[in-house]
Amino acid sequence: MSTGTLSIADYHKKTVTNRLGLWLFIVSDAFVFAGLFIARFYLYGAGVRPELSQIVGLIVTSILVLSSFFANRGEVSMAYGDTKGYFRNTLITIILGIAFLIGVVGVEWQIAPYGPDHDALWSLFYTMTGFHAFHVLTGVIFLVIVYRNARKGLYTAERHFPVEAAAVYWHFVDVVWVFFYPALYLIGLPPI
Amino acid sequence: MKDTQKAGVFSIGLVRGLIAMLIGFLTGAAFVSLIRLILGLSVWTWNPSGNQFGFAESAWVVGAIFGAIAFMLGVGVLSDWLKWMNGQQTAEHPADAFASGWKRYLSVSFDHKAIGVQYGVTSIVVIGLAGIFALIFRTELAQPGMQLLTLERYNTIMSLHGIVMIVGILLGVGAMSNYLVPLMIGANDMAFPRLNAFAYWINVPAAVILLSSYFLGGFDTGWTGYPPLSAKAPLGMDMFFLGVYFAGLSSILGSLNVIATTIRLRAKGMHYFRMPIFVWTALATAVIGLTATQLIGLSFQMVLFERVFGMGFFAPDKGGNPILFQHLFWFYSHPAVYVFVLTGLGVISELLPVFARKPLFGYRWVALSSFGIALVGFLVWAHHMFTSGMSPYLRIPFMYSTLLVAVPTGVKFFSWVATIWEGKLSFETPMLFVLGAISIFLLGGLSGPPNATVATDLHLQDTYWIVGHFHATMFGGFVFPFFAAIYYWFPKITGRMYNEKLGKLHFFLMLPGFYIQSLSQMQAGLLGMRRRIGDYDPALGINLQQLLITIAAFVIFFSVVIAVVNLIYSARRGPIAASNPWRSRSPEFMLPSPIPQHNYEHAFEVVGEPYDYGIAGAYVSIDPDRYIAKEEEQPAAGGAVTSPTGATTD
Ligand code: HEM
Ligand SMILES: [Cu+2]
Repeated sequence: MSTGTLSIADYHKKTVTNRLGLWLFIVSDAFVFAGLFIARFYLYGAGVRPELSQIVGLIVTSILVLSSFFANRGEVSMAYGDTKGYFRNTLITIILGIAFLIGVVGVEWQIAPYGPDHDALWSLFYTMTGFHAFHVLTGVIFLVIVYRNARKGLYTAERHFPVEAAAVYWHFVDVVWVFFYPALYLIGLPPI
Repeated sequence: MKDTQKAGVFSIGLVRGLIAMLIGFLTGAAFVSLIRLILGLSVWTWNPSGNQFGFAESAWVVGAIFGAIAFMLGVGVLSDWLKWMNGQQTAEHPADAFASGWKRYLSVSFDHKAIGVQYGVTSIVVIGLAGIFALIFRTELAQPGMQLLTLERYNTIMSLHGIVMIVGILLGVGAMSNYLVPLMIGANDMAFPRLNAFAYWINVPAAVILLSSYFLGGFDTGWTGYPPLSAKAPLGMDMFFLGVYFAGLSSILGSLNVIATTIRLRAKGMHYFRMPIFVWTALATAVIGLTATQLIGLSFQMVLFERVFGMGFFAPDKGGNPILFQHLFWFYSHPAVYVFVLTGLGVISELLPVFARKPLFGYRWVALSSFGIALVGFLVWAHHMFTSGMSPYLRIPFMYSTLLVAVPTGVKFFSWVATIWEGKLSFETPMLFVLGAISIFLLGGLSGPPNATVATDLHLQDTYWIVGHFHATMFGGFVFPFFAAIYYWFPKITGRMYNEKLGKLHFFLMLPGFYIQSLSQMQAGLLGMRRRIGDYDPALGINLQQLLITIAAFVIFFSVVIAVVNLIYSARRGPIAASNPWRSRSPEFMLPSPIPQHNYEHAFEVVGEPYDYGIAGAYVSIDPDRYIAKEEEQPAAGGAVTSPTGATTD
């Protein structure tokens, strides 16, 4: 970002503004997911869920939760000036993120018994996982861009807001899944 | 930097953007067509009467999305961000890299004032267009029977009138908050100038996509786009959804910016209860825009998915439920009506003290009432659904919550009346529009509770009464205050004064025009006229009302033409304006007209209350002479310094 020439006090001031912007964005984005979440229960209540592979669901969920841990380690490493630690942890986060995407879009979507046009339940499944996967994808891209810029030596322990932003966004996407996973995989029974 | 001034149309951002949009559209459509070709699906069919417009529906949709992205790339709003992604740095406040004069507004600028003007001009253009749609279908409705249009055409033009007006209103709201919020809180720009430019420019592809629906079979759902009709409507429906989606994106990002700006960039001593009252309304508006807008975007995407992927959220035969759409839609669209009006109400509260030379009555209450309206507004959406078939027991809580909105709205009314009370009123054009707005908004507000009361709404729903109701609220809450704001801040924007006679003519044509229109609409509705229908039974006995509405519509349109002529002429030839023609105390009026490029060269401090007219002591620690003296070093461009009040500064 265009902050290299700012004094540290100005950088700090700007970072507070940027952080506020980031959180406002997350609040706004949360409304999309909340809308989908509500739509799912509005249409099917707590009695029905799509017939999905529990194994795949458990694996991708574990992967994503684990990735948040590494995202956090990466950010903290950067805050302590440990760039090596940042690179290592962020790389793991990115790989786990891609693994999640493969698990959902590459496996679960392919083995699902029905397509999105079968009925509203499956429409919901594909839309909810699709919206979420799209966010994971943007999160991965975000992490990659920041990673690349970190390789160029752009961030320091004092100035690394983009590192923080990518991590926070990643956690947000993760938290969404914490709601979507039970809504799609656990609550209710598959229709007979 | 002369090289940025190179001539040729390609130096104009808008031109580059539109060309890129065309290329982007073709790329996207070709991409999908290629996939369809591989899958062995049809790629090209031309049969407009059978809803086939060359490319397949999915190709049109993806093409439009690609087109919008390409526009943003072409116009150049993304270039700084792309540089950041590459680890490059850009200037914090880039020097204006565009031609001088009016042409600068056709390219990207990060200056909030330029963006405000861009929003404002686009808003007037878009509203004018929507007005032309209205004139067309009003001409059709002037008599019973179909004379000018087919029923399908009527539906499309009526629907476009509604949604294009809404986009125009959102642009107008953007204009006011972008131009005024930073100035009023003592900031030199918005918190995120690039995001601000992005939020403006995305409206251009949005408008293009939205209007293209006319040529793609149109759509016949009205602005609400309810399924199942919208799931079956012609291709134009997709363009409607996408256009509104991008306009909504602008709303979300613009709101984010307003909130961050107000929280972070206030001048020293400008604590929340010392901000000019307009900022409060802009903030409350932004809270709605930031959150609720996502739901209309979601609901429209869901219908789009139904159309393109055959999904079934709202299709009963697939286990879906159309009422879900109405819930999602109105969860945004009711709060959205406050997006339309809150800033307008802020303008009323802002201008009244200036023209009454009195403090705003009950400042704190008025400030909080905006948030009261915004928050209660989130709890009332189902009053649009009393007849929809939703569970009847839901009607009662929504009836009460709706009636509750009257409380914070009433706070504003009492404050206005008390501010006018025993004030030393003067009646320049902005004040006339403010007073007109109050009277009209009263009509609109009073026609609301009958719709909120279940027993009466069951009869009123979907009649012309509703049409009368929301035209009154929107004229009182947006149109009149918007014109008041334009006339009031015109000298600050252009450095010149508008023509007072033409301004008054505009007002005295528009006010009766509006009343005739809205009251006739209400009467026609009570007599049995359904809304959104191109024809009616002469036996209803509403021929006269229909004719009156049509005539009034033309009068209103004509008055707006006068205003536009006045504004364009005055911007070029009007008398040079004083720096503070209205003797306001607001900080922006301490600056010379037009406002210098980076607003406040020296940060100021807030030392008093904003509206204490008649009480000694200032509001902000700006010494106008410091700026004025500087300005006079350059020779003025001729013409006398005038202001309608005859005064220069207080
Ligand atoms: C703040 C200014 C207001 C605006 C801009 C506004 C706008 C609108 C609009 C656009 C509609 C039509 C929606 C549609 O069916 O297409 C509408 C309907 C309605 N308005 Fe308002 N309104 C305002 C104030 C009020 C107030 C104060 C109340 C009640 C206390 C109210 C109650 C209603 C109700 C219940 C409906 C639904 C009528 C129906 O379709 O059955 N409105 N309003
Ligand atoms: Cu409403």
